[in-house]
Amino acid sequence: MRYLPNTEADRREMLAAIGLESVEELFSDIPEAVRFKGRLELPEAMSELELRRHMAELASGSSDLDRFACFLGAGAYDHFIPSVVGHILSRAEFYTAYTPYQAEISQGVLQSIYEYQTMICRLTGMDVANASMYDGATALAEAGLMTTGITRRKALVISSTVHPEYREVVKTYAGGADIEVREVPYTDGVTDLDALQKAVGQDTAGVLIQHPNFFGNLEPVSDIGGVAKEAGALFVPCVDPISLALLRAPADYGADIVVGEGQPLGNPVSFGGPYLGFFAARQKFMRRMPGRIVGATVDAEGKRGFVLTLQTREQHIRRERATSNICSNEALCALAATVYLSLMGPSGLRGVAEQCLKKSHYTLERLLEIPGVTREFSAPFFKEFVVRVEADPDTVNERLYERGIIGGLNLGRFYPELDGCMMFCVTEKRTGAEIEDLVEVIRGCVR
Amino acid sequence: MYPKDLKYTEEHEWVRVEDGVATVGITHYAQEQLGDIVFVELPEVGQRLEKGESFGVVESVKTVSDLYSPVSGTVTAINEELLDAPEKVNEDPYGAGWMIKLELADEGELAELLDAAEYTRMLEEEG
Repeated sequence: MRYLPNTEADRREMLAAIGLESVEELFSDIPEAVRFKGRLELPEAMSELELRRHMAELASGSSDLDRFACFLGAGAYDHFIPSVVGHILSRAEFYTAYTPYQAEISQGVLQSIYEYQTMICRLTGMDVANASMYDGATALAEAGLMTTGITRRKALVISSTVHPEYREVVKTYAGGADIEVREVPYTDGVTDLDALQKAVGQDTAGVLIQHPNFFGNLEPVSDIGGVAKEAGALFVPCVDPISLALLRAPADYGADIVVGEGQPLGNPVSFGGPYLGFFAARQKFMRRMPGRIVGATVDAEGKRGFVLTLQTREQHIRRERATSNICSNEALCALAATVYLSLMGPSGLRGVAEQCLKKSHYTLERLLEIPGVTREFSAPFFKEFVVRVEADPDTVNERLYERGIIGGLNLGRFYPELDGCMMFCVTEKRTGAEIEDLVEVIRGCVR
Repeated sequence: MYPKDLKYTEEHEWVRVEDGVATVGITHYAQEQLGDIVFVELPEVGQRLEKGESFGVVESVKTVSDLYSPVSGTVTAINEELLDAPEKVNEDPYGAGWMIKLELADEGELAELLDAAEYTRMLEEEG
């Protein structure tokens, strides 16, 4: 598909049609007082060679993860990305991050999205997945809205162990739709079941949790699902896709809608994005789902083909009654996830998950050997854990940085009661030597 | 096309009243405009509806439309066969394609609806 810019003649014709002389007249409504006058302070144009040198110099100032060992997670994860992922993404046929609009002429893109949806269904155990959302946070918020549409109830219950920024996004979405959001406190690093029971009632549309939760801990998902079901509310876990290689599929513990951040699947951490929200649900909720959905069909000659399907839910057809204002997806990031998952396969993904599990537990053990480092929670965890350190977390992180290590999250930033606590993430990429360095630096800090 | 014993709304629903119970569906004109109907979503039995309130949606290959209750009342039955065979709305809009039954809250509201002649005239005027 080609995008042709308009010519000078086209522009003259369009201006004539609306009775204007120049493009400038289109801006006549903007008051003189707020218009910028003078020259924009932009540097002179550079030659290609100068520009390359300039960019290389800028890049050398970044603490990128090729040079730094990263023990920071909290929503963005440093997993290995095989070279094949980048190779396939950069093919011209795929290299547009945008959702297909003249969809059916892009059969290759549609097939890749269909395969992506299939893999998300396999991972989550759900029946239907969409073509992806902007990120895990917006996927969770959309799931919340969807539960209110299905149940015709106006309250959401969300655990305080859900990523703090995700909770903010959920509240932002809910505010505009007059939906009440109730937060449930945690006990020992997981959702407090008694408090949950009290917060969930006949007005509750959905119960939103994260699993493993923001602290890396495994939630009592079956119990939480039971509380939701008893009140007639829908159960929405937000999950780490890598963890699904080891943990039970959300469908098996009663999830109605499953969302999550797909970045760990073949997408790099890069200044916060672009990310990949995945979204899946049980078949009976299919027509309430947000976003694009690709379906498989046969053409007039019986040949297999792919189409955008169930579009009558969407904004361009159903206008203000649409299930969501999302008519887009993150096609390129979803493709990265698809290629990653096909390369890994079930056993490869399981290998990644097992290494995360073992290395994070080994790291915790080593850290606990240091007097002055204690474990904050006793719940089982996957690849992230929280420790209390008898030293200022920011100082610890500065020392680590000097040793080429991106340290853990200072949890006091999001949870004042956890001031002095640090959360570390250990993926399959971390080596024994890197873990030794981490332990040694922290030992030096608490002394 | 527009049976004389039914009442109609400007939103193209019909009502048949028997012993205080109103049966509701969409008109021949509505099903024809929508085209092949592929899905019908209906309310739950026991739900209380106000006149003009949305009680469900009907989805065709072209579009999705909301369904509006012609009268106030409580849902006493829904046509569950439509969940598996939504095409009945196209085939027999006034018979097998019925959608919900309501226990009327206020029979007086019926007087506000259109009769077959008025509804036909409205369609003609809309052209």
